[in-house]
Amino acid sequence: MEKFISHTGTAVPLRRSNVDTDQIIPAVYLKRVTRSGFEDGLFAAWRSEPDFVLNQPAYKSATILIAGVDFGTGSSREHAVWALQNYGFKVIISSRFADIFRGNSLKGGLLTVILDQSEIEALWRSVEADPSTQIKVDLESGTITYDQITLHFVIDDYTRWRLMEGLDDIGLTIKNSEFIDSFEKTRASFKPTTLPIRS
Amino acid sequence: MASTLAEKIWAEHVVRSAPGEPDLLYIDLHLIHEVTSPQAFDGLRLARRTVRRPDLTIATEDHNVPTQNIDKPIADPVSKLQVDTLRANCLEFGVRLHSLGDKEQGIVHVVGPQLGLTQPGMTIVCGDSHTSTHGAFGALAFGIGTSEVEHVLATQTLPLLRPKTMAINVSGSLKPGVTSKDIILAIIAKIGTAGGQGYVIEYRGSAIRELSMESRMTVCNMSIEAGARAGLIAPDQTTFDYIAGKPHAPKDFDAALMYWKTFFTDEDAEFDVEIDLNADDMEPFVTWGTNPAQGAPLNSLVPNPADLSDDEARGAAERALAYMGLTAGTPLKKIAIDTVFLGSCTNGRIEDLRAAAHILKGKKISSTLRMLVVPGSARVRLEAEAEGLDKVFIDAGAEWRNAGCSMCLGMNPDQLVVGERSASTSNRNFEGRQGKGGRTHLVSPLVAAATALRGTLSSPADL
Ligand code: SF4
Repeated sequence: MEKFISHTGTAVPLRRSNVDTDQIIPAVYLKRVTRSGFEDGLFAAWRSEPDFVLNQPAYKSATILIAGVDFGTGSSREHAVWALQNYGFKVIISSRFADIFRGNSLKGGLLTVILDQSEIEALWRSVEADPSTQIKVDLESGTITYDQITLHFVIDDYTRWRLMEGLDDIGLTIKNSEFIDSFEKTRASFKPTTLPIRS
Repeated sequence: MASTLAEKIWAEHVVRSAPGEPDLLYIDLHLIHEVTSPQAFDGLRLARRTVRRPDLTIATEDHNVPTQNIDKPIADPVSKLQVDTLRANCLEFGVRLHSLGDKEQGIVHVVGPQLGLTQPGMTIVCGDSHTSTHGAFGALAFGIGTSEVEHVLATQTLPLLRPKTMAINVSGSLKPGVTSKDIILAIIAKIGTAGGQGYVIEYRGSAIRELSMESRMTVCNMSIEAGARAGLIAPDQTTFDYIAGKPHAPKDFDAALMYWKTFFTDEDAEFDVEIDLNADDMEPFVTWGTNPAQGAPLNSLVPNPADLSDDEARGAAERALAYMGLTAGTPLKKIAIDTVFLGSCTNGRIEDLRAAAHILKGKKISSTLRMLVVPGSARVRLEAEAEGLDKVFIDAGAEWRNAGCSMCLGMNPDQLVVGERSASTSNRNFEGRQGKGGRTHLVSPLVAAATALRGTLSSPADL
């Protein structure tokens, strides 16, 4: 995974709440067996409307998405994270994310930042007034800076460290294999196994 | 110390715990399907890793598969590639797979319980958010993303932060004609789509205890629609009886039983939050909007967004009514339906089919709509056919299909067209969920059947 330390870019305002994973990427786009190419399905239904915000030239090169409350509700599809990343987003800001979506995003290096709804409203107004507003998201200090305004956000230390080091969870767990080995020795014998097959 | 059920299961599975780090939790059962696994297997190959415990892993084909002509190759080449990829991966890594045509194939959350692999006190994960279904057995079960699928394949563990606990107490008893689907829709309407966020919900109280195992699964299934990753119901005699005799029921049943009986919330344990509801006056419940919290009793009217004081909720309701093509103040029972879908991991089990067939028996569905009946698994289909339920559906004018997710998410050819309106026993009414531009009303199997007969949203009491 790429390290995430800080990112500066422009943002697109998505003034919608409860953006569920079926909106982020509809099921018919989930059929690829790779991790790339999902940008074609991103917000597919909305992108067919010409005045949808992502279709406006001023926001073409935005790398930060500022969304309404409850972003990413619904399914566990990590394709939602890949679609956003494949499209070019590095950071998503909302006042509340669904659990599984947030977990997926932080595992995959897409930074999800939680701000107060009032701070989101102010950000929306700024980027709507001037789409070229530069926004700096600094993970190390937990701050977002734009127009001489600095906002603070919270992220747990463990996740911050993992993102800043670009560490992959699996590698970290494998270092603790001996704990898994000894745990397995204590498992009850009546716990079910899928093999051999019984019918 | 007094503990809740969730805390007891958690404590049983901690492999490693360190300050400032998530707990490393052991996973007892990992369920796999074709959509969220290909990139995980790729990751294993890239890193030259193996599946640590193929014997705790099981795969099935469900999301993509056609429900007609299943003896022919899958027509959609992209769906076919995904299913073929699962087959190749399972072969390469030694994972048990139930393919299309196999009698154990079906929706992943129907397959686990019917094989007896879902048991109390376990941890169960799957790359699918409705893994919460398995919580009905008193197992801690939740959906994960593909990176986590890869993590579990490689290590049989997951690093996780300890969730908070919520109790939802449902006292009283359901009236006839009211089901566990109505309970969970009412709960979600009450607490909202984020109400359970960060919590494991334990459903308690007399109305829950009185539910059959399959009805309990319907409740736990939709925990995710309230924002909770997992739902739980303490195991009891209903649970034990359901598992007994299933293919993977423990050989040493008594030892298992003793262990299972330790999984309950202690008398004096405290939940972070408790919510109380009464089942006595619950009614059939349907959704009118585009998220599962936008629901109301069937006997009421399409709500008026102007009555909502919260700006956010008002905006969302306005958008939802526009998408759904509904006018505030319309009686819900006047809404005409084009398609009735009976199926999914919420309500595609044998009991659901029996309940609907009971209403349809000897009658004809309205000529203004189509009805699709999709059993949750091939085994459910066989069981239904043995009981003659297929005949009841076919004679009533419904289509009898093969097992899969089907129109729950419209990844296979079973989809709504733009503007088409469905009454669906599934769990999500998101915009376009059942097909681009499709409009979904979530209902119970009883309401689905009554609606099929009358052509408009209806309950059995209207017949
Ligand atoms: S039936 Fe629907 S909700 Fe259940 S696993 Fe399939 S797609 Fe998901």
